[in-house]
Amino acid sequence: MDDLFGSCPLSQQQLVEEYFIEHRTKILDIAAFLDRFDRARVRDAEHDPRVAAFRQALAALVEVAGPRRVHEVQMLLSDPRTDVLDELDRKSALGAYGTR
Amino acid sequence: MEYVDHHAHMTSRTTDDYEHMALTGCRVVTEPAFWAGYDRGSSQAFAAYFEALTDFEPRRAARYGIRHYAWLSLNPKEADDRALAAEVLPLIPDYLDRPNVLGIGEIGLNRVTRNEVATFEDQVDLALRHDHLPIMIHTPHLEDKLKGTRVILSSLGSERRVRAERVLIDHAEEHTLAAIKDQGYWAGLTLYPQTKMSPQRAVDAIEIFGAERILVASACDWGPSVPSAVAHVIREMRRRGHSEDLIRRVVWDNPCDFLGQSPRFETPVQARGPATV
Repeated sequence: MDDLFGSCPLSQQQLVEEYFIEHRTKILDIAAFLDRFDRARVRDAEHDPRVAAFRQALAALVEVAGPRRVHEVQMLLSDPRTDVLDELDRKSALGAYGTR
Repeated sequence: MEYVDHHAHMTSRTTDDYEHMALTGCRVVTEPAFWAGYDRGSSQAFAAYFEALTDFEPRRAARYGIRHYAWLSLNPKEADDRALAAEVLPLIPDYLDRPNVLGIGEIGLNRVTRNEVATFEDQVDLALRHDHLPIMIHTPHLEDKLKGTRVILSSLGSERRVRAERVLIDHAEEHTLAAIKDQGYWAGLTLYPQTKMSPQRAVDAIEIFGAERILVASACDWGPSVPSAVAHVIREMRRRGHSEDLIRRVVWDNPCDFLGQSPRFETPVQARGPATV
């Protein structure tokens, strides 16, 4: 592996043969989630920061060149600050920065 | 292939899970103290928990040929409660001589509050005062992970007594892994169906960042999780054509090297013969 550090041992064609179907399923699940969101009877989360971050992440999949898509999506979803909270506001993270 | 799962909350799992892990090649689990899904809230409850981790669980695991080790701490989810920390932390030294206790963990941050940082630093100090016991660190979930990892690295970096090679920073992901490894710490990739790494992304990370000082674990607990997740990493590495030597390094040699820094840890003799996965 050391000679090919950073690369995947499989060829692109092998990756397509091995992984296409499972990722086809995943992209259809995302499309269905967004359609379900649009079909919701009550439209009360159009401006939820998680939805905004989700849409930004989808755009990054297309716009980011080279193998940095996961890193870019992680950064889009993350709190970029380093200051600590003075008091505990809630017990759990919610999935995307900006959610209050 | 036999493997070590360095992070498994077996207290939350059934005995059937031990059996399933054994059938997929697990020989060793190490179980860090963690949040029960609700606040234990009292020192008495923590004492009972530490008893379970150091007495009941090793016996339950042994019935399936699995060696069980433990890490003790006040978990990050309750670490904001400084009054509780003042009650629980003094209990821990009484358990450090138990034969299956490796070190202090999992300590760390949750929402990254001032109190959480103070309790984290108290527990790092506890490990350092006991011959620098190995330390297992939890990094926060989801959007808090980047921030929490940065604060943890800053705190550790300001403590001159800390030896990076004796510290595992767990739940690393693509955006935190480089900083953890660059500063000489061990990095753990935990395999969680929804909120952490998938086996495929973990193998991607090994390909991109190299296998040095990387461990993989199921982190199975009371939430959606897969006790045999390490076996899925083994399968994924084989699926991509990685060598058996590299796979063994990730799931056996690396954890044994890190955990072996504790004099309590006994490296099992690996079985010969065909792989189990």
